[in-house]
Amino acid sequence: MLKLESKQVNFYYGSSPALKDINLEMESNTVTALIGPSGCGKSTYLRLFNRMNDLIDNTKLTGEVLIDGIDIYKKGINVDTLRKMTGMVFQKPNPFPKSIFENVAYGLRVNGITDKQFIEERVETTIKQVVLWDEVKDKLKKSAFELSGGQQQRLCIARALAIQPSVILMDEPTSALDPISTSKVEELIHELKSKYTIVIVTHNMQQAARVSDHTAFFYLGELVEVGTTKKIFTNPTQEKTQNYITGRFG
Amino acid sequence: MNPFFKKFSEKFIEGLLMISGTVTSLTVVLIVFFLFKEGISVFNKKAVEEGYVIAVNKSNKVNSISPEDIKNIFDQKITSWKDLGGKDSIILFRLEDISTYFTDEQIGENFERLPACISRVVDSIPQIFAFFPEKYMDKNFKGKEIEAGKISFNTFFGGKEWFPTAQPAAQLGAKPLILGTLWVSLGAILLALPLGLAAAIYMSEIAKDKVRRVMKPLIELLAGIPSVVYGFFGLVVIVPAIQKLFNLPVGETGLAGSIILGIMALPTIITISEDAMRNTPRSMKEASLALGASKWQTICRVVIPHSISGITAAAILGIGRAIGETMAVLMVTGNAAVIPHSILEPMRTIPATIAAELGEAPNGGVHYKALFALGCILFVMTLVINLTVEFITGSKKYKKH
Repeated sequence: MLKLESKQVNFYYGSSPALKDINLEMESNTVTALIGPSGCGKSTYLRLFNRMNDLIDNTKLTGEVLIDGIDIYKKGINVDTLRKMTGMVFQKPNPFPKSIFENVAYGLRVNGITDKQFIEERVETTIKQVVLWDEVKDKLKKSAFELSGGQQQRLCIARALAIQPSVILMDEPTSALDPISTSKVEELIHELKSKYTIVIVTHNMQQAARVSDHTAFFYLGELVEVGTTKKIFTNPTQEKTQNYITGRFG
Repeated sequence: MNPFFKKFSEKFIEGLLMISGTVTSLTVVLIVFFLFKEGISVFNKKAVEEGYVIAVNKSNKVNSISPEDIKNIFDQKITSWKDLGGKDSIILFRLEDISTYFTDEQIGENFERLPACISRVVDSIPQIFAFFPEKYMDKNFKGKEIEAGKISFNTFFGGKEWFPTAQPAAQLGAKPLILGTLWVSLGAILLALPLGLAAAIYMSEIAKDKVRRVMKPLIELLAGIPSVVYGFFGLVVIVPAIQKLFNLPVGETGLAGSIILGIMALPTIITISEDAMRNTPRSMKEASLALGASKWQTICRVVIPHSISGITAAAILGIGRAIGETMAVLMVTGNAAVIPHSILEPMRTIPATIAAELGEAPNGGVHYKALFALGCILFVMTLVINLTVEFITGSKKYKKH
């Protein structure tokens, strides 16, 4: 089933184009990796799906961005509701200056849920979902800053999962983590695939190869090539893709 | 360049830097030392005018008497020794009263027998309270000179009246001044904190970049206006407005001081708390928004908790500015040294008192020393405030790493 889609998307910072005519489709319950050198527009593209680019002044979008067939930039779309449907994980772990428990409960609280028991249960299940429960169950009231970087990032994933989104957007989620923490997050992505549609931006080619079903290669704001990960990494049709994945530039 | 010369010049510059560092720190230490030396010596001074003595009859059990009681006796608020631990009503005796007891002839043309006369009066009246110049004290004085009006810690901090030029005993109660300072500063911070925080939130989170670029320098400009100009503005605009608004006999009130100080503290509060809020990592705000939180929820639940130590520091530094401010307050608060009961009364703050009175206090006298003691109090107040800031900003570091 088609989950995410973009049709002839152009995006401008001021007058300079950041994305040129992007057409891309992503199926439900798949992992799509967006790869490409720095400044190629992959993060900008990712942030279109929860309208994070709205926060930047002086930007312009043309074309259509669809989730479940609905244009999310259409008039009358409630941005807060849209963002509830799409969880986001950022480059660096960015827990809130609150306790571990409150970090996960945050999304529920800002969406008006006050039922204490419900919140407690949801927090516990989501922390278990990211395999962090055993490490933090005794210190839920402690500051989230006391966790290690890898634990913080898994906490941030739990925070995004707590509001039960259908899409998870990951913007280089392991770039600030050590190899062991990275592999934990990657395992997690594998498990989450059954329930969510995942889009992941990564600089790490091996990671894209390990975790994703489809890979899209961006270069200078253009979508150069998209296909199954296997095909992109073994038999790309474009020379640029070939050069990038073999490390000749980027 | 000659290596020897190079080495020498480096050493020389190093020495210069060291000297300027040392001199600065020494200056601070010297100022504090001087302040406290002068200030603390007030507690050894007598409140009674130099060269005068207080004496009572030998049968009187009272041995010492506080400056406040002396004033009350002279004001005839205390008319009985019972109030002071003795018995019977007080008979007050001043030097000029001598003529009711003795004729001019008995005293002598050149007052040569005056000391003896005084001695006899004091000896003959058991309830007497005599106040006269020390030079008229007889060599074999038959009364009892009493320990009079030493300024104690209690009378200085607990005394309800500040009347340093009072006769015969200066009234040095710092309580109205301390309370005045606290009232005015508290009022100022209550006005400035909500307004300053609102402005800081607006500038850091809501305003467009263009607006912010105009606003911030304007607010910083507020910090550069001389305080006497603020005072003048207060005197011409705020004081009459308060007088009309609350229908008061005079507009020079604690409230006027609070408003002016509030305005003066605004730039500090706004700039520091705005900086703290802007230090909130962008990704943290985005994380909150990405979870479906509204902008306002993000500000309340993420930005403010993240910058709370900066906001606290801003508030405390704002209070610090308010407590130490002199000129503007002196001009608008009315300077009545009485214990305030409402913010709509004239008040007198410590810095205003020092500025207003130091010029007319005789050098080295009890009044002069008392003003230094006030300075010490002020110093301790601001020191406590600065230490609090240090503690709060320090604990933030601990939390982050």
